[in-house]
This record gives sequence, C-alpha cells and structure tokens, in this order.
Amino acid sequence: MHAIVTVIGRDQVGIIADVCTRLSSHNINVLDISQTILQGYFTMIMLVDTAGCDLSFDELSRELHEAGAARQLSIRIQREDIFNSMHRI
Amino acid sequence: MINNREILQTIEMIDQQHLDIRTITMGISLLSCSHPEMKECCSRIYDKVTRQAEHLVETGEAIEREFGIPIVNKRIAVTPISLVAESCSASDYVPLAEAMDRAASACGVNFIGGFSALVHKGFTNGDRKLIASIPEALARTERVCSSVNIATTRAGINMDAAALMGEIICRTAELSGGIGCGKLVVFANAVEDNPFMAGAYHGTGEPECVINVGVSGPGVVHHALQSVKGQPFDVVAETIKKTAFRVTRMGQLVAQEASRRLGVPFGVVDLSLAPTPAVGDSVARILEEMGLEACGTHGTTAALALLNDAVKKGGVMASSHVGGLSGAFIPVSEDEGMIAAARLGSLSLDKLEAMTCVCSVGLDMIAVPGDTPPETIAAIIADEAAIGMVNGKTTAVRIIPAPGKTVGDVLEFGGLLGSAPVIAVHPFSSREFIARGGRIPAPLHSLKN
Repeated sequence: MHAIVTVIGRDQVGIIADVCTRLSSHNINVLDISQTILQGYFTMIMLVDTAGCDLSFDELSRELHEAGAARQLSIRIQREDIFNSMHRI
Repeated sequence: MINNREILQTIEMIDQQHLDIRTITMGISLLSCSHPEMKECCSRIYDKVTRQAEHLVETGEAIEREFGIPIVNKRIAVTPISLVAESCSASDYVPLAEAMDRAASACGVNFIGGFSALVHKGFTNGDRKLIASIPEALARTERVCSSVNIATTRAGINMDAAALMGEIICRTAELSGGIGCGKLVVFANAVEDNPFMAGAYHGTGEPECVINVGVSGPGVVHHALQSVKGQPFDVVAETIKKTAFRVTRMGQLVAQEASRRLGVPFGVVDLSLAPTPAVGDSVARILEEMGLEACGTHGTTAALALLNDAVKKGGVMASSHVGGLSGAFIPVSEDEGMIAAARLGSLSLDKLEAMTCVCSVGLDMIAVPGDTPPETIAAIIADEAAIGMVNGKTTAVRIIPAPGKTVGDVLEFGGLLGSAPVIAVHPFSSREFIARGGRIPAPLHSLKN
C-alpha cells in the first residue's frame, strides 16, 4: 500500500536521517522524496510503500507522530488514496 | 503522482480550514423489532442496534487515522419509532427512547435519530402516543433525537399536527431547559436517507442497514472565495463548484471504505455545508465574503441561493449516489457568523425564513423568548411547511423557546450545538388561525401524474 509521509516544522539538523532511519527500521521503502524550505518551514513529502511494514498502520502513524512531537515537527502518514480522490478524476 | 502543492493543499484544508467528514451515519431498520409487549419491543430494539452498529465507531476511527481526515460524528438512524411501536399496547413510549439511548451509549455514538412519526396526512394511534411522549423522552435521554413530518408537497399540511407540535415544543423546553428542543425537528418533505441530526431517520424505502455519509467544509469554501475577491459571480460559482467537488470526492472515498469494512451497503453522500461554532467554519462568513457587510442584510438570500446551488453542482459529479438534505445549512446557534449577525441585529426571524426558501433545510437552532405562545410557534411551523410544500423542498423548524429568557439574552448549549442569541418573534397573535385545525390542501403542482 502506498502512503504519503509529510514532515513540516522548524528546520534543524538530521530530520531526513531520523525519518528515513525510522522508516527503514520498519521495512518501509521510500519511493519518492522531495524537500524544500517553504516560508521558513522545513517541508518534506515522501511517497512510501508500506506493504512490508512490520507495524500496523495505526502503530506506525503513532510512532511517527510522537517522534515528530519530540522535535517540534508535525509528521503524519496518510494513505495515498485520499490525495488521489481529491485531486484526480 | 500527486504533486506537492496538491498534497500540502489537502493538509492545509484539514489543519487550518476545518475540512472534515461531518458524520458517518448507519441507518438500521427496526421493523423486525415490533412486539405487543413494551418490554420485549425495547429489548429487541437494543439488541438489534447494538448488533448492527457494534463496529461502527471503531471502523470510523480507523478510517480517520489511515486517511488523516477527521470524522467528527458517528451516528445511528432508525426506522420511525411510531411504526415500530404501533402494535405495542402501552400508551407511554418513553421506555422506547430510553432503550435507544442505552443502545447508542453502548455503541459509543453521540446521537441516535428516529424517535419519529410521519403524520403529514393524519395520525395513527401510535403516532399520537409517540408525539405525546416526545417532551419526556427528550428530557430523560441524552442521545435520542426526534422528528415529526407534518407536511409534504403531495399531501399538503396537517395543521392539527402543526398546532400539536407548537405545544410539544413548548413542553419540551419546559422539561429540559431548552436543550431538548435542539434535538427535535418538525419537517415538511422529510427525506429518508438524511445522515444529519437531529432529523435523521431510516425510511421505510431503505434497506435493512445502510451507510450514509455527510460531508462538510464551510471553511474550505470561505478560504477559496478569499482568492477571488471582487470578481463576478460567475467566478464565485465556479470556485465553489470546484471546492465542493474535492470535498465530496473525499466523502465518497470514506463512504465506500466504511461500507466495505462494515459489510453494509453504501447509501448516499449528503453534500452539505454544515457549520460549527468554531471560527473559520461558518456559512454566514461565506455569504459575507461575497460582499455583504453582515449576514442577514439585503442580498443575503441571493448569495445563499448561489452557494446552495453551486455546492450541489460541484458535488453531484463527485459521488455515485447523492441524497439526504444536500445544500447549505443555516443553523443559527451552530454557526459563528450567524451568532454574530444575530447579536448585531442584522439577522431576523423573517430574513431567516426567506433564506430557508433557498437553503437546504429550514429554520434551524433558533432561540425565541421563553414566553412565546405555542400558537405562535405552530404558526412559524405552518409558514415553514408552506415554503417546503409549495417549493417541493425539505424545510424544517428546530426552534427553542428559551425558558426565562427574552430578546437579547443568550442561550448556551455548549459543544457542537453552540449558543443562540434570543431573536424576536412577532407580538401579534396567530391563535385563531391555528385553532382552525384541519389540513391545508396540497398545491396544484402536486398532481404530476
């Protein structure tokens, strides 16, 4: 299953490394990644494949959220379908 | 792949513009629960509701987390209880409402609708018993919602029912301090698949069990209109349509997912703009964004007509089945901008009545002085039913005579029901008009065959 991970917050050292390490530790493959600084905010969007993930979607979502909160970042993971349904016919 | 701008736009809609799924409502037929013994009927109702809706809340919450979209309410609508209880020998139907309340609580839903009767052409014995039980049923339960349909375009208006509901509304306010009236709707042309409370019930033409979804998004529409300031109405309408399309696509996705996971057929997506008392989630502010100084001033009805139509046109292409009430709601106490306009004095009961000719439903969550006579409330109901009957649309009255309060006071409900400034009613009597009783005949255009 494809999902979109978004990371938004104040720029700091090691965000990408931290997120990618967490994802790989749960056997999640990163398919696409883009990162920019938007109006002073670090903004990263990743397309990932969760097919081989060793956690449930809920557990993964909670872990990412808590990891983000510790760094004052908003990290969320959402199924890709929601974006497709809103923006593609 | 979806581009970054689109992804961030969706997240901004959810985070900053209050985009959400307003409700997943499971409709459950209770026709199989009839029994002459009240106790047995109650236990059948409790068992069937808790069995069918056992996984409703947890499924809704799982979808919420996976898609990252809030689903604010999970609710249940049941067959009008007057039909289920018709064969009961008991005269007091309050135990049935209590059984519904217990079932709703056990399932974890915040409201259960269907303590209802359809009396547009006349009363059965069960209808009379149900209506008489409404004030106490609403005072003794927390989650039960009630509705009574008193008119249709085909049948005309049952004026005896309008008169009776004027009294029932006053009695409900006395027994429950006003809050009970927030859970009681008097309809004309009620729909069978409406997922929104307080007027939801599971119609007799519906299947055994069904999932209906109500979307929302006034904040998203307001935000979109801020980017087309000063442009012609053609641009305004197009902008609303595009926004409504996106919002509805999301509703359709959630509805299909909920239907699949629960193993229950998908019914409809209700394309409604449902406001909340939160700042940035107001229908009134959308109307003001079109260029009105305050909601309720001249031009408000035209602005609302455009909004209501554009929401439907945008949404209808995005869903396989559209139904329910579909349009813009104008509940005064539940809309931050409406509350402000009522306080300012720009929004009167008469203007609200005009707005109901072009909005999705009717006079909604309006507080009036506590000493308003029942006949005046009955006459307000009759006016609203006439608008619904003649225009072939759903109209409703959810009005609250605020106990001990007068014009200028504020009635606080809290939560999603918000707070309502008490609005003036006409001081001139409608008593003799209401005392006539009988039926107002259906209009000529009801003869369509």
